[in-house]
Amino acid sequence: MALSKIQTNSITDGNITTAKIADTAVHGYRNLVINGAMQVAQRATSASVSNNTNESYQTIDRWRIDFGNGAGGACTISQDTTVPSNQGFSFSYKVDVTTTNASPGTTEQVYFANRIEAQDIRNSGWDYTKSDGSAYITCSFWVMSDKAGVYCFYARDHDANGGTMFFVKEFTLVASTWQKVEIQIPSSSSLVFNNDTGTGLEVGFSLLAGSDRNNATNNTWNTADTSRATANQVNFFDSTSNNFYLTGVQLEVGSEATPFEHRSFGDELARCQRYYQVLDGYAFTGACRLSNTAYMAAGLRVIMRDAPAATSTGNAMVINSNATYTQSVVGWSSSYLSDNNSSVRAYWTNFSGMTAGNGASGAQTLPVMNLDAEL
Amino acid sequence: MNEMNITSAQYIAENGENFSIKAMIDGTEHHVPLSAGNRHYAEILRQVEAGTLTIADAE
Repeated sequence: MALSKIQTNSITDGNITTAKIADTAVHGYRNLVINGAMQVAQRATSASVSNNTNESYQTIDRWRIDFGNGAGGACTISQDTTVPSNQGFSFSYKVDVTTTNASPGTTEQVYFANRIEAQDIRNSGWDYTKSDGSAYITCSFWVMSDKAGVYCFYARDHDANGGTMFFVKEFTLVASTWQKVEIQIPSSSSLVFNNDTGTGLEVGFSLLAGSDRNNATNNTWNTADTSRATANQVNFFDSTSNNFYLTGVQLEVGSEATPFEHRSFGDELARCQRYYQVLDGYAFTGACRLSNTAYMAAGLRVIMRDAPAATSTGNAMVINSNATYTQSVVGWSSSYLSDNNSSVRAYWTNFSGMTAGNGASGAQTLPVMNLDAEL
Repeated sequence: MNEMNITSAQYIAENGENFSIKAMIDGTEHHVPLSAGNRHYAEILRQVEAGTLTIADAE
């Protein structure tokens, strides 16, 4: 007789393990990191970064880089095609040192990170306040560097202890060799994640840490200061020959790292657009209030995390009364979002000759508004 | 430095009510909503609190 049902009480304890299940089962929507495969780069694919120049979000979506406390040195960050073989990745996040900082000041630090909303950690299923530290969230990633040695992964809880609670874990790299790293982050009764859209957990990588910023104790939650590294952290900025590559970053509930959850570009782009999105001229419709001003509005691609800051990147074109008008000078006077962050409106100015009171529609494929609600 | 370089800031009002700030941030004109969850607005408030930035009244 064919077996149609497995009685769970007939399975010997220990015969089915998480590791065995992980290789074959479907595990959808478990990666809490957005753009972990570095697919989406709406802003740019490359940027030169140094203290006060192009820090924070500049290239690959959701990944920010910071030169803390006036750290010296400079690098180029880019979406690179160097990837580990046969893992299904097309891109990596590359850091290429262009100016060295061989002797960093005591508080200097350079790191890059991905920030996750507090509500998404709180509601992930991770029993993060379990006091014995036995509930884990696991981060796995593929990494390679031309500089061998000890690097530090860190996780920062922004809602606990004034945002100064850091878990730091060392990992050791062999030069120019891709390596998959798995890091288990334990629960702690001190962890706090609010049920809101603010920053919850930040996962990141230290590249440089001065002597007052490498005080963390390895493999535990630290609350003493803002060190993202241990004293063993290499100085990645000691040579312009150094390149660092990262891809396949996954953060998931549990103590086992499962295979990377490859998501479609469209899926990943939509996730990124909650934090940053670009609207072209055709997205806007409205009316001409004055002969030189159009009052325009657009629905957003996805509802954004919070009301975004807006920048404009080019001239706008408006069709009004069967005629086309193009701004001679970039001009838009204001913008803001609807209460539920689903639409945006703006005054486009510096036109001339339009007919007030008539309808208007945007008519340009170039991006005219960039909206930023990053963490 | 982890800070934004904000060189100017001015409220934008409609019907007498402030609803955004026009600010020059890192060399680019930004229109920043008055939302506590927006990182640009949070940084503007931080710099105002630190005494290094003043927000001009709306025109």
